[in-house]
Amino acid sequence: MTIFFHELKRSRISLLIWTAVLAFMMGITVLIFPQMKPQMSQMENMMSDMGSFSAAFGMDKMSFGRFTDYFAIECGNILGIGGAIFSAIFGVNMLSNEEKEHTAEFLYVHPVSRFRIVTEKLAALVAQVVVFNTAVAAISLVTVASIGEDSDISVLLLLFLAYMLLELEIAMICFGISAFLQSGIGVGIGTSIGMYFLNIIANITEDAKFLKYITPFAYTEGADIIKNHTISATYLLIGMCMALVAVVIAFYRIQTKDLK
Amino acid sequence: MKAIQTENLTKFYGKRRGIENVSLTVEEGDFFGFIGPNGAGKSTTIRTLTGLLFPSSGSAEIFGKDIISEKMDILSDIGYLPSETFFYSGMKVRDILKFSAALRRKDCRKEAESLCERLALDPDCKINELSLGNRKKTGIVVALQHKPRLYILDEPTGGLDPLMQQEFYSILKERNQEGATVFLSSHILSEVSRYCVHAAVIREGNILVSDSVEKLAHTGIKRVVLQGTDGIPQIPHMSNVECQNGCVRFLYYGNQENLIRFLSELSFTDVSITDPDFEEIFMHYYQKEKNEI
Repeated sequence: MTIFFHELKRSRISLLIWTAVLAFMMGITVLIFPQMKPQMSQMENMMSDMGSFSAAFGMDKMSFGRFTDYFAIECGNILGIGGAIFSAIFGVNMLSNEEKEHTAEFLYVHPVSRFRIVTEKLAALVAQVVVFNTAVAAISLVTVASIGEDSDISVLLLLFLAYMLLELEIAMICFGISAFLQSGIGVGIGTSIGMYFLNIIANITEDAKFLKYITPFAYTEGADIIKNHTISATYLLIGMCMALVAVVIAFYRIQTKDLK
Repeated sequence: MKAIQTENLTKFYGKRRGIENVSLTVEEGDFFGFIGPNGAGKSTTIRTLTGLLFPSSGSAEIFGKDIISEKMDILSDIGYLPSETFFYSGMKVRDILKFSAALRRKDCRKEAESLCERLALDPDCKINELSLGNRKKTGIVVALQHKPRLYILDEPTGGLDPLMQQEFYSILKERNQEGATVFLSSHILSEVSRYCVHAAVIREGNILVSDSVEKLAHTGIKRVVLQGTDGIPQIPHMSNVECQNGCVRFLYYGNQENLIRFLSELSFTDVSITDPDFEEIFMHYYQKEKNEI
């Protein structure tokens, strides 16, 4: 577990900053709800009546006046985009950093198999995503409790779970990319933002519905989770398969590649 | 037992040549120098031996174990110093040494401490603040602290001041006397001639020669300096001819009796025939190859 702890220690400050910033933004968004509520009720008709724009963010099916709905849209977007970028950066650096910073010549000449190195690094990545999400969720829930609004905790927990799975998927896809590119940060962030927009496009037009099968944002859709009280199994399964494939590719690639 | 044995080891980076048909033998307990100019394939050979690169063809064994299928066993026995040493930023020298020892599941604290002291390296320094020389020293301690059977050192003295170089070589000598094998690459011929027992020369990916330093240095080649001759004399088996202010210098690698015969027919004011230094011999090797190509 030496490499696992080494990775956690190395990125602890970065992880702390990401967690603090995201939790702060979530907290602020929750805290302003009581003040926004009266205006929200007025705006509601307008917000849900902007045609495609409302559909894009799932606002056509939700009511801004209800806290759970508000949380799903607003906090969902913050956690969705923020978390996706976080996991992309952490994932895409995990393997490639060794070659980029020329430490591969240090690490890979120790009597530790490449398989083990990749395994421990993957475990560290999963741990980072889980720690990040648990902390952000805990702080958000405390803030939610403090404003005393009516909210469906089970839905909130489902939302947090869905976003954690989304981040794990993106982290693992980027982990796969990281086995190939020395500097994959652009590709990583591009992929996660791209996935976000794919979901928006899929929400706007019926013709692009198939995109939902590609993007992990499909199973974090707040409107669906609130309505069905569950995470869409189909989208989730496809997402997890994609993550698995990326991880297998990463293992294969590192086992067989020349290290610089 | 053979510490290193390679057979037709070849590595191509795509179409670009790294090394071609490198066959080398290093006996256990040897102090072996691997000499060649920049880009000759020294690092490629070393990186292939340490398992960072996969050979395109050919095979290699270290202590009789295959470098690919038995890599883990081999790596436990090796101390490797890369030509450019990089470590994780934000860590202290001490943390790096601890991390390396932990990866080897060994307690190397005592050895690390004594090495740091001998090399005048402060283990509480941060990696980011290290000078080139101190980074090299950290690399040396990482390669030496677990007392391996085989040291593979890629241009080990780059960045070290002469005093440290001396200390470093005396540590290596001690380890060698305790039975460890040292395999180092260098383009500094004087240090190879001073410390190594055997040496091999690599050029453009091919091994030119591999023998004892003693034999390599006494090849029968002579350095001839003639003063006061008219122009360059035409003598067969001459190389590296220089002519300056009526002084002709060249290396002669033919029969020595013939040399005297040729010289007796020339007019000159002064002559000296000496053994060339190690450096000149290798220049001659490089040049010879070039002429043949």
